[in-house]
Amino acid sequence: MKTFHYIRPASIAEAVAAAAEPGAAYLAGGTNLLDLMKGGITRPSRLVDVSRLPGLDRIERLPDGGVRIGALVRNADLAHDPDFARSYPTIAEALLSGASAQLRNAATVGGNLLQRTRCGYFYDVASACNKRQPGAGCDARDGENRLHAVLGWSEACIATHPSDFCVPLVALDAVVEIEGRAGRREVAVEALHCLPGDTPARESALEPGDLIVALRVPGEARAFSAHQRYLKVRERFLCLCHGIGRSGVAD
Amino acid sequence: MNLSISLTVNSVRRDVELEDPRVTLLDLLRERLHLTGTKKGCDRGQCGACTVLVDGRRINSCLALAISHDGADVLTIEGVAHGDQLHPLQTAFIAHDGFQCGFCTPGQIMSALGLIREGQAGDDPERVREGMSGNLCRCGAYSGITDAVLEVQKSLNEANQRRSA
Repeated sequence: MKTFHYIRPASIAEAVAAAAEPGAAYLAGGTNLLDLMKGGITRPSRLVDVSRLPGLDRIERLPDGGVRIGALVRNADLAHDPDFARSYPTIAEALLSGASAQLRNAATVGGNLLQRTRCGYFYDVASACNKRQPGAGCDARDGENRLHAVLGWSEACIATHPSDFCVPLVALDAVVEIEGRAGRREVAVEALHCLPGDTPARESALEPGDLIVALRVPGEARAFSAHQRYLKVRERFLCLCHGIGRSGVAD
Repeated sequence: MNLSISLTVNSVRRDVELEDPRVTLLDLLRERLHLTGTKKGCDRGQCGACTVLVDGRRINSCLALAISHDGADVLTIEGVAHGDQLHPLQTAFIAHDGFQCGFCTPGQIMSALGLIREGQAGDDPERVREGMSGNLCRCGAYSGITDAVLEVQKSLNEANQRRSA
């Protein structure tokens, strides 16, 4: 692992300023980032530890019946929150269908949204990967790609986003709140992630320094809580899990 | 870079100077505090051999930076028994042949401890297997492991019922 400077900011504003520098990365649960750093796939020169930022670990019911989930809420805590699991069973089931209990205890909601693909060629630094090294080519195209994208792929990249969690979030019109250098803004989860196109290294709508601070799920989704399920239509490889999830929403 | 942290490990306060921020909680336990009961298997969060409880919750210590856990309360396999008196989970693992080579066992027991504290599995074997799925056993002692966890869960349930009766 390449060495890095470790910074633990005391506020969101300090965190955004520290992470806007080139080579910086946010650290929260670290379950995906440390794995990537150990493999030399991600090599940040500065880690901005946001895991203790105050006020980002709450699950709040909103006046419209929706829910606002702080970015530092742990995956396990959200999935097992009784009111949340009753209101949004498809999201709770998606969370529990991925990774392991140990990983879900550490991984945060914000980190889950931004986890990187599990494409084996992305992880193998000896393979060509346009996502890891723009212009290098894509060994997955003619490689072991049974777990790769069916929809939305491009000539440059056929990797999928690995998050089960994101599938029902898109179906239920969830929104993320982002704190950045220009202040706070909101982006629909559906618009947060980019299709690979010609620039697979650009994975999200986030700019340098942008920090996801919360996730909101609208109240309307509660109305059909009895008719939403998450079914994972694929085998699971422990934390190497890939989801072609289908979040069935019917009213 | 000089980084000092303070942890409570098995109820004892430990102050550690880190010369490098890359040290994981696993390496700190094994290399600096010489608590080698916690095992390094895959070192990538897949096998569960490094499972410890941090602030009462089971995590993979190989994917946790020590510096990020300054102030944490850590429980490792060394802190589970009371002197020569084994924890009920340890006794149950022996009684049910919940291991062969024993390498994964500390992680299995810490994970089982976490599972029981989480209260999500109850006495359903399928849910115990799912709840323990973050711990691999290459000897294939899964059947005994499941039986051991179920037995301890059952005796806890009975004790709770007696208490509330």
